[in-house]
Amino acid sequence: MAETSTRTEADDAGPEQPEARVGWRYTLTQVRRDPTALAGLVLIAFMTVVALIGFVDGVVFDFLSEYAVFADMGVRQYWLAETVWVNPATDPANARILRPPVGLTNPYYPNEPGTMAHPLGTDHRGRDILARLFYGTRIAITVGIVSTGIAMFLGTFVGAVAGYYGGWIDDALMRGSETLYAIPFLVLVIAFMTAFGRNLTYAMIGVGIATIPTFARLIRSRVLSVREEDYVEAARAAGVRDRNIIMRHVIPNSFAPVLVQATLQVGVNILIIAGLSFLGYGAQPPTPSWGQMLNNSRDYMLPNPWFSIWPGIAILITVVGFNLVGDGLRDALDPRINN
Amino acid sequence: MSDEPLLKVENLKTQFFTEEGTVRAVDGISFEVNEGEIVGLVGESGAGKSVATSSIMRLVEDPGEIVGGTVTYKGKKIVDFEEGPDGELRQSPEMLSNEEMRKQIRGKEIAIIFQDPMEALNPVFKVGGQLREFIEINRNVSSEQAEEIAVDMLREVGIPEPEKRYDSYPHQFSGGMRQRVLIAMALACEPDLIIADEPTTALDVTVEGQIIDLVEDLQEKYGTSFIWVTHDLGVVAEITDRVNVMYLGEIIEQADVEDLFYNTKHPYTDALLDSIPRPDQSVGELKPITGVMPEAINPPSGCRFHTRCPEARTVCKEVHPTHEDVSDALESSHRVSCLKYENVGYDEAEPLDTEATDAFGGGLVEARGEEQ
Repeated sequence: MAETSTRTEADDAGPEQPEARVGWRYTLTQVRRDPTALAGLVLIAFMTVVALIGFVDGVVFDFLSEYAVFADMGVRQYWLAETVWVNPATDPANARILRPPVGLTNPYYPNEPGTMAHPLGTDHRGRDILARLFYGTRIAITVGIVSTGIAMFLGTFVGAVAGYYGGWIDDALMRGSETLYAIPFLVLVIAFMTAFGRNLTYAMIGVGIATIPTFARLIRSRVLSVREEDYVEAARAAGVRDRNIIMRHVIPNSFAPVLVQATLQVGVNILIIAGLSFLGYGAQPPTPSWGQMLNNSRDYMLPNPWFSIWPGIAILITVVGFNLVGDGLRDALDPRINN
Repeated sequence: MSDEPLLKVENLKTQFFTEEGTVRAVDGISFEVNEGEIVGLVGESGAGKSVATSSIMRLVEDPGEIVGGTVTYKGKKIVDFEEGPDGELRQSPEMLSNEEMRKQIRGKEIAIIFQDPMEALNPVFKVGGQLREFIEINRNVSSEQAEEIAVDMLREVGIPEPEKRYDSYPHQFSGGMRQRVLIAMALACEPDLIIADEPTTALDVTVEGQIIDLVEDLQEKYGTSFIWVTHDLGVVAEITDRVNVMYLGEIIEQADVEDLFYNTKHPYTDALLDSIPRPDQSVGELKPITGVMPEAINPPSGCRFHTRCPEARTVCKEVHPTHEDVSDALESSHRVSCLKYENVGYDEAEPLDTEATDAFGGGLVEARGEEQ
């Protein structure tokens, strides 16, 4: 009923266009119609849930175990966090938690490919790989999104200001970001981390800063055309200050390609930071990041391939998920592909 | 009407410094707008009308630059130049800074209605939000008050159910409705002068009529002055009080609207009037103006219209006409730039072969070759 009444009002006021080709709802509808993008969304959703389980597990049980009542109830006997952190070599008292599979000769290093107790097997130190993957997901998703967020935020600012003002401001900002672009990516990030510190936080910041030029160039090219639009001129003629014109009129109308790029960039950054961890520049042991797991499993590649297969698959799934969604978003936001 | 005009433009010059050369888009125009008056600015595409209006708002962008002249609005110098110690023209200290322009003039005192209502509304914003933004900036009111004013303005310009439409996006409006919204935006900040930059060009004739009626009503109610930029002489006749006809960056005829139509002086204005169908005259065939407007980079010598003028004589190529008052007793003021009305030997001079007189087969090229 409500539908029909709004329609007639709209008709009174003039012919309404059939479907709004802007806005979140339209974009989401488009993405949902696209089976590959939908698959990507499902993958990301799955990984996010996994990451949240890792998060909840750690936080909730750490919190509960603080209290004697819960500790007495055996709350510390949870399986996930404990199997990640217990190192049977240094902590033999707790090694029984790992419940080594029956028949294993060395109880401290139960390197089994897969058992009921450890579905994905255990690693060279006997830690449950599934549990470590859970924790690694949380790290991967966080670093991917945060590093992209940093790059998107700063890059959008730099590119929008450069494109809007033009002239020497444009030259200074864009030449600066091209300088950043000219330095090999890994060298830049590794130099940054060597200067500030080798941990995940600096890995995120370093990768974020190193990818600023991608976003700056992207949004600048859009801003160059948007700033010539009449509504920007109208805002200037109405006395709106430049800051508000950029924030309220220019950026929102230039943002679609940035959004697409950001989604793709999350996947890329996850891969990069896994690479950094592999090189020893990301998460430091015993933090269970995927890259770290790959690095540790190098020496056991032939006898125990599952050490590296599972984290490899986890990285693959996540990156593919973000790429599929990015492609779907690009199609949805590009009016030429819509028909 | 007070003695001092609301807006006084004197000898305004705006040039664009391009790689091909300096484009003299506006080359020394002068006109006045009195309070409550609608002044027309008429000319072909490329005559410099839009550059003239953006110069008044000081919105000319690189590579364009205002290089000379004075624009006075209510005693404030929007554009003002003085001679520096080295003999070069420079901006005088009285000229408003960009910051002052933004705070004191744009939106608050002078507003613009843009040509294309499809383009002049931000597609990602709700219409009401944009209207409110402009009102908040220019009228020192709270957000809630601004919203009330915005809804009132939407009602004022004839948008049905303004409370509901306030939350609509621009794409949900038809062209005419959007033009009404733009008019609401211009009026909402209660400016004393509105520059309407071909506001009805993008609309079909029925809607055009409605919009013109609306503007006339609102003009009567608020007493706002208008500069109405258009190439449509029909609209000019309908709505304006005084008319300035522009050709290649210059104003070549300036008169009250009645005088312009019934006592046309300049051959260009004449030609313009001949090239449109008129209900009061029946002609077998329309006479378009031949040729295209020359480039403003290298304008023709003498009278700029001589390359296309049907009445051109040799003297037109050599002498640049002054903007003379040729009003007779019945007229208030009628200025025209044509050698016909000057004592420089037009009558004795030989007629000049131009595109309009059709003596040359390939008009433009040869006429140009001769200049150089």
